[in-house]
Amino acid sequence: MTRYVLHRLGQSLVLLVLVSMIGFGLLHLTPGGPLSQFALTPGMSAATLARLSHQMGLDRPLPIQYAEWAGHLLRGDWGRSYRDQQPVLAIIVSHLWATLELMVSSTLLAIIFGTWVGVLGAIRRYSLADYLATIGAMVGLSIPTFWFGLVMIYLFSVWLGWLPSGDMYTNGDASLLDYARHLVLPCLVLTLVTIATWSRYMRASMLDVISQDYIRTARAKGLRPRAVLIHHALRNALLPMITVAGLQLPTLLGGALVTETVFTWPGMGRLFLDSISYRDYPVVMGLLMFSALLVLLGNLVADLLYVVADPRIRLA
Amino acid sequence: MSAVAPSAAELPPPVLAAPSAARRPALRRFMRHRLAMFGLVAIIVLVVACALGPYLSPYGPLTIDLRHRFQPPFEGRHWLGSDQLGRDLLVRLLLAGRISLTVGFAAMGLSTAVGVVIGLVAGFYGGWVGTALMRFVDAVLSFPAIFLLLTLAALVSPGVLTITLIVALTAWMEVARVVEGQVRSLRERDFAIAAEAIGVSDAHLMLRELLPNIMAPIVVAATLNVARAILLESYASYLGYGIQPPTPSWGNMLNNAQEYLTSAPWLAIFPGAVITLAVTGFNFLGDGLRDALDPRLDVHR
Repeated sequence: MTRYVLHRLGQSLVLLVLVSMIGFGLLHLTPGGPLSQFALTPGMSAATLARLSHQMGLDRPLPIQYAEWAGHLLRGDWGRSYRDQQPVLAIIVSHLWATLELMVSSTLLAIIFGTWVGVLGAIRRYSLADYLATIGAMVGLSIPTFWFGLVMIYLFSVWLGWLPSGDMYTNGDASLLDYARHLVLPCLVLTLVTIATWSRYMRASMLDVISQDYIRTARAKGLRPRAVLIHHALRNALLPMITVAGLQLPTLLGGALVTETVFTWPGMGRLFLDSISYRDYPVVMGLLMFSALLVLLGNLVADLLYVVADPRIRLA
Repeated sequence: MSAVAPSAAELPPPVLAAPSAARRPALRRFMRHRLAMFGLVAIIVLVVACALGPYLSPYGPLTIDLRHRFQPPFEGRHWLGSDQLGRDLLVRLLLAGRISLTVGFAAMGLSTAVGVVIGLVAGFYGGWVGTALMRFVDAVLSFPAIFLLLTLAALVSPGVLTITLIVALTAWMEVARVVEGQVRSLRERDFAIAAEAIGVSDAHLMLRELLPNIMAPIVVAATLNVARAILLESYASYLGYGIQPPTPSWGNMLNNAQEYLTSAPWLAIFPGAVITLAVTGFNFLGDGLRDALDPRLDVHR
């Protein structure tokens, strides 16, 4: 087990280094650059621009810039924002919770309802409900997240007037209820991103398990169908879903970015868009690294959990 | 990525098929797949409408008519209503469709080509070249696609060509993975070993022997990639980093629809509905093609 964990950790580290190189290369090789922001400032001369470029270290060769950035990162220094000189890590962390709240609540919803839909589809295969769930999942995967958000706002905020159309709090109202009311719509929209995939894989996994011998045995010895379904089939069908949950992380993060934009939710997605339009490279780079870190960590944890949860898996 | 846990590619794909599908010839299986047929019809209708529709309308895409701003749909002279400048929404939708569909198809072609080349090389040569290439694929996949897309789109001057390139750059990895896996297993098969034994060149072996045998999964992945490309373009354009107005695209038509949500909801409803229709169409089609072309993937046995 220890060897396996070390092996996977090593793999993730290699990937993380690659990710940082790709991200850094993309940002710094594209035309424009952080200075194009300052170039628009009135009264900016070429000499001042050159001095700025030198100050920010942008006039040095790319590998050296990368090495310096990576060296600082290894010592826990994520750099400072070009915009307000705040430490990048602090900025990210201050936006992290809003995004996590959205991701966790919507994932819970997706898992609960997706599992239910998937199981139902598997035990009533080719029924009308199964057919509708299949079509629904496909359409759900095809709807642009931001448009679904707009439709939800139109229905629940504009038309019915039940829920707020954006932001996290009403000014001057710090109650939990107010926060919950703000959370409902973005959470629903983000749930759409994952529930379709989750229910499809759940159905496939359940179908796989139902056809196993031990399920037939359990049925043959006269257990109640419900007990077989829940204690024997569902438990086993949920195992591979741990991996699916890990693999969904990039989609979930991307969905959060779009959802946050529609609902002016103050999370990492909004921060990313703001930083991009300001060409705030240290923050953009920090966010790219942070999201990749989350994704790799998520996959790692999912793989390890899978081993822990399924004692049948022996590690060589 | 892992030695123990099944990856998404190994899990049974979530597909829908008739129970006895595996015993039918490909074409009939495909025809029976009603959703795929629906997808195909939707795509054809959209393509034809976008290609011909604007010629049949009395309105130009940029014809501004301030006296008839915010006309609601289904009443009056504009079938789907008009926008904040009095431009006809239907004509703009169809013209936007030309752009969005073009980006979708072009990005599909490009991303599939890149994915096939990388997958072929990685799967064929294996060793450290294969490992390095596939690790690179893994690394790019660790970024959420939208983060990557926006990073590139925000930094490059936007236009139809650059958006196509950028979308393609964020969508080739799945194809590469599929192709690599297939090539790695196929090149151990007798026909590949036989071809190698009679001394054909590597390029011949890859392109003439292996590639034809993996066309099915490539076609499926390519079809699904059109859907993906249309979606990604709409995200970038919606967020303001894609196709720039006044050139309409399905995404950028939604760009400022949010501020008119109260007064003119149709401006937001129709473009999104068309995107959903197009993307659903390609997804249904790709799914149907998967059932038709590759019975081995049929989870329903």
